[in-house]
Amino acid sequence: MASKLTPLVFRASSRALRQVPRSQWRPFSFTVPSRSSDTLFVHRNTPVNNPDIPFKFTPQNEKLIESIIARYPPQYKKAAVMPVLDIGQRQHGFTSISVMNEVARILEMPPMRVYEVATFYTMYNRNPVGRFHVQVCTTTPCMLCNSDSVMKACEDILGIHPGQTTEDGLFTLAEVECLGACANAPMVQINDDFYEDLTYDSTVSLLNAIRHAAEKTGVKGTKPGEIGLGGEGGKGVYTGEDSGVKGGDSITKREGTTEAAGVKIPTPGPLSGRKSCEPAAGLTSLKEVKPWSDEFMRKDGEL
Amino acid sequence: MLSRHAPAPQTLSAVSHRLAPCVSAASRLSTTATVSRPQQRNLATVNDSAPKRTYGGLKDQDRIFTNLYGHHGADLKSAMKYGDWHKTKEIILKGHDWIISEIKASGLRGRGGAGFPSGMKWSFMNTKGWEKDPKPRYLVVNADEGEPGTCKDREIMRKDPHKLIEGCLVAGRAMNATAAYIYIRGEFYQEATVVQQAINEAYAAGLIGKNACGSGYDFDVFVHRGMGAYVCGEETSLIESLEGKPGKPRLKPPFPAAIGLFGCPSTVANVETVAVAPTICRRGGSWFAGFGRERNSGTKLFCISGHVNNPCTVEEEMSIPLRELIDKHCGGVRGGWDNLKAVIPGGSSTPILPKHICDDQLMDFDALKDSQSGLGTAAVIVMDKSTDVVRAITRLSKFYHHESCGQCTPCREGSKWTHQIMDRFYTGQAKEREIDMLQELTKQVEGHTICALGEAFAWPIQGLIRHFRHELEDRMREYGSKHGGEALAGGWEHDAAKKGKLISPGQ
Repeated sequence: MASKLTPLVFRASSRALRQVPRSQWRPFSFTVPSRSSDTLFVHRNTPVNNPDIPFKFTPQNEKLIESIIARYPPQYKKAAVMPVLDIGQRQHGFTSISVMNEVARILEMPPMRVYEVATFYTMYNRNPVGRFHVQVCTTTPCMLCNSDSVMKACEDILGIHPGQTTEDGLFTLAEVECLGACANAPMVQINDDFYEDLTYDSTVSLLNAIRHAAEKTGVKGTKPGEIGLGGEGGKGVYTGEDSGVKGGDSITKREGTTEAAGVKIPTPGPLSGRKSCEPAAGLTSLKEVKPWSDEFMRKDGEL
Repeated sequence: MLSRHAPAPQTLSAVSHRLAPCVSAASRLSTTATVSRPQQRNLATVNDSAPKRTYGGLKDQDRIFTNLYGHHGADLKSAMKYGDWHKTKEIILKGHDWIISEIKASGLRGRGGAGFPSGMKWSFMNTKGWEKDPKPRYLVVNADEGEPGTCKDREIMRKDPHKLIEGCLVAGRAMNATAAYIYIRGEFYQEATVVQQAINEAYAAGLIGKNACGSGYDFDVFVHRGMGAYVCGEETSLIESLEGKPGKPRLKPPFPAAIGLFGCPSTVANVETVAVAPTICRRGGSWFAGFGRERNSGTKLFCISGHVNNPCTVEEEMSIPLRELIDKHCGGVRGGWDNLKAVIPGGSSTPILPKHICDDQLMDFDALKDSQSGLGTAAVIVMDKSTDVVRAITRLSKFYHHESCGQCTPCREGSKWTHQIMDRFYTGQAKEREIDMLQELTKQVEGHTICALGEAFAWPIQGLIRHFRHELEDRMREYGSKHGGEALAGGWEHDAAKKGKLISPGQ
């Protein structure tokens, strides 16, 4: 009815108004980029992160990427997008838009498909992060073991809140979800390394030691992953070669501290004196491990 | 003589259940007491039923993961010394039917949480005429261990990587797979590196690759790393993620066994399930089936975290009583068993259990299901009396809100909504009837999502409401007494109407 009652002119005028060409851009709204793990799913050009900044993989990384692509069926080159983005992030310091574009070029996939992946997974930092990315687990098992005090220690020592970076660009603090070391709660992940069984005091001394070592060696300018705390640029995942990584009995035999530039830094792992996931008061099982013998093999002669 | 004419105790109690809800509590007590008794009993009946078996107290010689505490190296040489890669060739040569029948005989159920019988799952790959299909076939190992409380796969990967790789070969042979992808969560840098090292070693020794172990069977193993998405622990989203896409679950059917990774038949299995397979084949399915109650057989890695004196990861027999597990291996609950308030028995997505249920709870799939919870990944989160349960569950709601992939609406919106409601419940800024509304909300989500994340965030809240409703109510009453009246629905202040803040129609 309304359409019949309203004089034609009004409608015509509104239509005319609607046809006035509108500009294709919207005014910029400046928001402080929040750096919690669920950052905005949009990209805004900034001086440090825009498509005009060139990015190229180093020849060494290019070789690595080739070997990674070979792991997937040839028609599914894009399956390598996650590891390749990770290598790009380690080389550049964070997953900038130019890293994503370069990855899209190498893997012959539409850039939007790479953006989708980079925004979906929380471990791709799409904004610059500090040299040491301090990620405090605050999910329930850690929370029960007082991760609040660990978070407080980080805030006290670094003087920042989750999602922020220190002024000297050394530390970025983040609150993350369960990191899967619940029997060693509470824990903190710094770059690639897990520091477990923390208290307020041990967190304070850990962060202070890292800061002192960083100041002495002058690693301020370097990027995360380049000389990661864990070892040679964090590529052991792809090559299997990383002298800093501990498996098997080297976990139990590890020293409590390592020395860097005259400063003693706790080695990754539990800082309470425990070796790994065993009960703190002494073993309740596997006190004595015997080498394999046929005694326990099946006796029915099937094998 | 009398008892013969009386109806069986179970039918009696069933009637009383229907008759009056007020007596149902009493009858429930009576059923638990009577069920274990033989149904018909005469005056001179000899009780010849099997003696009651207790579970737990696994001997060291029966442990599969002997390197759980880093006794020896993760390298190939020490792994072989302690039994890995022993007679693998013979196992491979036995063929897929033999391996699957061994796994079926062992009663192994998937260790990733759902507890689906593994032998059956693996046999889905060998449908009629599978040999004629030229497509490659994949085994995908789910090492995306993200469930809060769970830290077992990590220990396998960094200390016993060769068990996992040998398991890939054996399980892969059972389903005639051509390659295995191990999907390791991104945060596990060290673990992924150790596994990659072990794979390199195994390739160099000719244990995998072309002509694996000299058996004439070709099998490759690759590592793929996740990048921090909890939802990728779901099998179809893990496949999506492996294909280089955002990890959003797929609708089933088609099931991965028909169309999975790269469009080929594939099966997703948990690290622990795969890693125990070679030992089961070596020691026999009946050996493994000898542990635990019927249909819940085997040994299991339990991760105990929270308020215990010595949190740890330990391998134990299935069906071990919860109390024994905590007392024996973890030095008891902080402040003694009486200081216990609640336990989340199987990782964050299983409903919480209060102390009175924990007192005589067996840790296996069926017993925990009967207690309206689940074994999940056997990640026991213990909470003592000092715990704020509401805060603990609120934190879990936040976790699920953060980790929802956003693909289907009930979960995307529901997880945010429940998180906001739980945040208000935490402060007490709510009305009592909102508890029922929340309960209804979680019931609306459950079963209406593509993957199980919908259930995963609904169940902890349902558990909280089921067992700790009084705490929620107390909190709301306390808030009301402090703020001059109970909050209006939606979290408004009690005098919102007076202030003119309620402007919806009819108010």
